[in-house]
Amino acid sequence: MMTEQVAAPAASVPQAPTVISAQGLNLVYETSDGPVQALKDVDLKIDKGDFVSFIGPSGCGKTTFLRVMADLETPTSGTVLVNGVTPEAARKARAYGYVFQAAGLYPWRSIGGNIRLPLEIMGYSKAEQAERVQRVLELVELSGFDKKYPWQLSGGMQQRASIARALAFDADILLMDEPFGALDEIVRDHLNEQLLALWSRTEKTICFVTHSIPEAVYLSTRIVVMSPRPGRITDVIESPLPKERPLEIRDSPEFLEIAHRVREGLRAGHAYD
Amino acid sequence: MSWILAGLIVWALGLWANVRLSKRKGRAAALAVPVIFGLVLVFVWEAVVRGFGISPVLLPAPSVIAARFGQSSGVLWQDFVQTVLKGALTGYVLGCGAALLTAIVVDRFDFLRRGLLPVGNFVAALPIIGIAPILVMWFGFDWQSKAAVVVVMVFFPVLVNAVQGLADTSAMQRDLMRTYAASYWTSLWKLRLPAALPFIFNGLKIASTLALIGAIVAEFFGSPITGMGFRISTSVGLLQLDLVWAEIVVAALAGSAFYGGVALIERAATFWHPSQRGR
Repeated sequence: MMTEQVAAPAASVPQAPTVISAQGLNLVYETSDGPVQALKDVDLKIDKGDFVSFIGPSGCGKTTFLRVMADLETPTSGTVLVNGVTPEAARKARAYGYVFQAAGLYPWRSIGGNIRLPLEIMGYSKAEQAERVQRVLELVELSGFDKKYPWQLSGGMQQRASIARALAFDADILLMDEPFGALDEIVRDHLNEQLLALWSRTEKTICFVTHSIPEAVYLSTRIVVMSPRPGRITDVIESPLPKERPLEIRDSPEFLEIAHRVREGLRAGHAYD
Repeated sequence: MSWILAGLIVWALGLWANVRLSKRKGRAAALAVPVIFGLVLVFVWEAVVRGFGISPVLLPAPSVIAARFGQSSGVLWQDFVQTVLKGALTGYVLGCGAALLTAIVVDRFDFLRRGLLPVGNFVAALPIIGIAPILVMWFGFDWQSKAAVVVVMVFFPVLVNAVQGLADTSAMQRDLMRTYAASYWTSLWKLRLPAALPFIFNGLKIASTLALIGAIVAEFFGSPITGMGFRISTSVGLLQLDLVWAEIVVAALAGSAFYGGVALIERAATFWHPSQRGR
């Protein structure tokens, strides 16, 4: 059973292989108020190079789904495959980088030291560590800040450092859980632009949880709309927007049309309560 | 009478100087205020003892204590080595080391947290006066039994603080280690121990004062003819109160230096903690 599933994706798809697939995924939390269905019958396929946003109101299971992919939560039933293997195997193979809602930098380590942390754990050589730290710092425009400590930097800079930390090692998948949720609009616009540039340069597969419609539409190739109680997928929208996206694209009719469809999807999910 | 008058004048002068100095800013002023306070206190003490002719058995004058300090410096040094370096410091290192290792084990296995912590609590509640004679019987009169008393005294506060510190990481910090597929030891070394340091140093600072008390008190229950506790208890019997006071001065200096040393290491090791930043 297990080995068949591992073999299947590699054999079947020629150009854009499936990186993440979920089938009949259910996750039920036992709480003191009785069971809570965080995810119900979730089916989804994510191809290599996709930028997939998960959008929905709080409690819709978008973060839970991301955490299932990362093997930080265990589903009650159903299967998830990441790179063709179980999330646990993918985690142990260091297949993904995870960016949390808050930067979560260790205060006793400098910015450079925080980015070096995964590299130290994964056993990169000293020279390679230094080289990679410099490169990812440049990527997030934080060159020259490697000696500073997290608490000496602004929130936006800390979040950029945490993205650099997730980029430092060679994971093809980037899982981002509302990384810009706590930042103001101006900083967020800037970081969105940078993230898009980074995505087109590195060709990583990105899963991005957000509750901002413009952010989801601006960034994604696919938008997964979710709704709560029970957490489920209500719509999957393929974006017709080109890969090159200046910030002004947000005023184009195509953009507004997709945004409209996302809003409709979110409203439909809420219709019963 | 002239001594009392002099005491009053010096006190008034010191008060006036400190009131003026405390309004000024800067390192020199901040340093001068406590120094002036201390000097005035010592002088007033001297003046009161001489002016009222207080018996040296009740309260020797500072000058007498200082003279005794100079005359008996050889004995005092011997006692210092015996009690502080051999007894207190050995016990401190052994006790704190054992507590830290135990904390890591307790943290790893939850049933130990529930089983060992109450036992540690029980041991900590035992009065030192009660266990010191027993430990002297077990480990002999020399400094080894004093170190044992110190071990018992410092073990629990360090253990409790360290266990609490090791649990003081946020879910996100632990999740991050999980996404790196970090082993238990890696996450202990790179996350939980650094995060626990502020707690551990709290325990170490408490233990530093306990260690000195333990080593001195334990000597009351049997010791070779050297040691600060031995000297204090026998000198009281001989009415040599000036020597008792000289030992107290040594104890105060050693205790402050011990605590200050631990606090300095703490500042270097936990510079990132909000309580230490910008100092």
